[in-house]
Amino acid sequence: MPDIRWWRKKILLACTGLAGLVALAGLYSLYKVIGRALDDGQRDWWFIGSMLPRSDDRNMPPIRDILAEFNQPTREGGDPLWNLIFDGVLFTLREALVGFVLGVVTGMVIAILLMRFLTLEKGAMPYIIASQTVPLIAIAPIIVIWGRKNFDFLPWEWQDWMSVSLIAVYLTFFPITVNGLRGLQSPNPDSKELMDSYAAGWWQTLWKLRLPASLPFLFPALKIAALASIIGAIVGEISSGQSDGLGFLILDFFTKYSTAPERLYAAIIGAALLGLFAAAVISLAEFILNVHRRQVANAQT
Amino acid sequence: MTAERATDNPQVSEEGLQDSMDTLQDSMESRQHLLGSVAAQGVSKVFLPNSTSKVTALEDINLHISPGSFTTLIGPSGCGKSTLLRLVAGLIHPTQGVVQVNGKPADQARKDRDYGMAFQTASLFDWRTVRKNIELPLELMGWRRGARQQRAAEMLELVQLPEFADSYPSELSGGMQQRVAIARALAFKPTLLLMDEPFGALDEMTREHMQAELLHIWEETNTTIIFITHSIPEAVFLSTNVCVMTPRPGRISTQIEIDLGKRTDDTREREDFFASIVKVREALRSQEST
Repeated sequence: MPDIRWWRKKILLACTGLAGLVALAGLYSLYKVIGRALDDGQRDWWFIGSMLPRSDDRNMPPIRDILAEFNQPTREGGDPLWNLIFDGVLFTLREALVGFVLGVVTGMVIAILLMRFLTLEKGAMPYIIASQTVPLIAIAPIIVIWGRKNFDFLPWEWQDWMSVSLIAVYLTFFPITVNGLRGLQSPNPDSKELMDSYAAGWWQTLWKLRLPASLPFLFPALKIAALASIIGAIVGEISSGQSDGLGFLILDFFTKYSTAPERLYAAIIGAALLGLFAAAVISLAEFILNVHRRQVANAQT
Repeated sequence: MTAERATDNPQVSEEGLQDSMDTLQDSMESRQHLLGSVAAQGVSKVFLPNSTSKVTALEDINLHISPGSFTTLIGPSGCGKSTLLRLVAGLIHPTQGVVQVNGKPADQARKDRDYGMAFQTASLFDWRTVRKNIELPLELMGWRRGARQQRAAEMLELVQLPEFADSYPSELSGGMQQRVAIARALAFKPTLLLMDEPFGALDEMTREHMQAELLHIWEETNTTIIFITHSIPEAVFLSTNVCVMTPRPGRISTQIEIDLGKRTDDTREREDFFASIVKVREALRSQEST
């Protein structure tokens, strides 16, 4: 049962988070004030001034304007911007979530295979690493075209957002494989001998020893993977021409930046909130599964 | 243990059941006197036999351990104590010779779960509570939940830690963790307990306490125990039989019987306790000079 001290800690944490947000907004506004002074013809006097980014309202819209923009419709009689962004976030979240789940499963299966067949680890690891250096922008269209043309053997109709999810899988599986493999190999020799002494089979050892032992290694990777799946989904949307998600909004607002820069900032805030949400869900799962306790125990041995 | 196994196979027909009961009875009787016994005959173990860096860990080991005895393996590092224990456990296989546990090959005994094992590190799974750790071997053997819980409670009673059932290993002291490890090793009531320096990492006070505790468990369960240690007083205090081993290649040089009767705290201050220590020490010394 959480006591008073637990709550005090949590409230302090929340305050720190809010203070950070306020400080960020403050720094942004402060720079605008200084920058405006520089822009008012004083840039030449102060030679450093010419090297700093411009801070006029087009390049750095005031925070007040960005927040106000959320409530404005993007076109005559349309929905307000926050509605548009919210829909985009939901759409991208679905793509990212499917990509994340498939990516975690794929990543773990690869990690288990690598653990089971040691020679496979030596031989396959370079390819797995190489796969991550291939630019996503380059393979994303290929996956989309494949999806439209080659996946018609599937019992359901293939849609472009599924291709975007596949792109997210591509970014997601890697941290899971790397950390999962370390976690699966983490039990000490005594623990493995213990399982042998019980004549436990390979699957039993995997299920009762290796998988639970890998969890403390897996959770940091899950956080990275959750964010990677969102980035993968956004980049996938941009490079595949998917027109319902956050990625499309970012692309769209980018082209209209010169007339309405606030919208791009608003979309970025939307993406950041989505990332925070994903990280929070993983942290919550970690808390519920009590992985923190395990790490304490690990540190002792 | 054996009684549970007899009821394992419920699909046998009536007469067939009678027959198989009879044969089971026969085999049980013929093996009864071997339950808890260990025999090694002409055993040697060579690691990397085909390489230039081959190591003869054990050579010509002959060992007979009778049911209910407490045997200690003592000797300098590298004399093959742990190798011998793992041969008995069927975790590794001898290059030559035979190891028999309960009258059958060691590997079969491992598959039949005839022994429990405890290591220098308690090796508790730190994501499981104490109770769940003790239940681990029972889970692997497919026991029902109720039976598992009941046995875990019994074992916690045996090692005197019933109030820690729902604690996590990280919340326990080193000595308590070892007690849980012993409870886990004995959870399915094996006839044999193999212990590889289980008290090596404990401080002297806890160690003496654990020794007394182990003897109490030994008397209560009548389990055969094979115990590895570096400590001469520990070997003498615990065992009925001390095997002194020599390194390179590992052999059993001397076997010393210890007869101190029932051990109490006073035993550690008795004349014959010291005499036995001297005997073991001299056996260890004599091999150094040769």
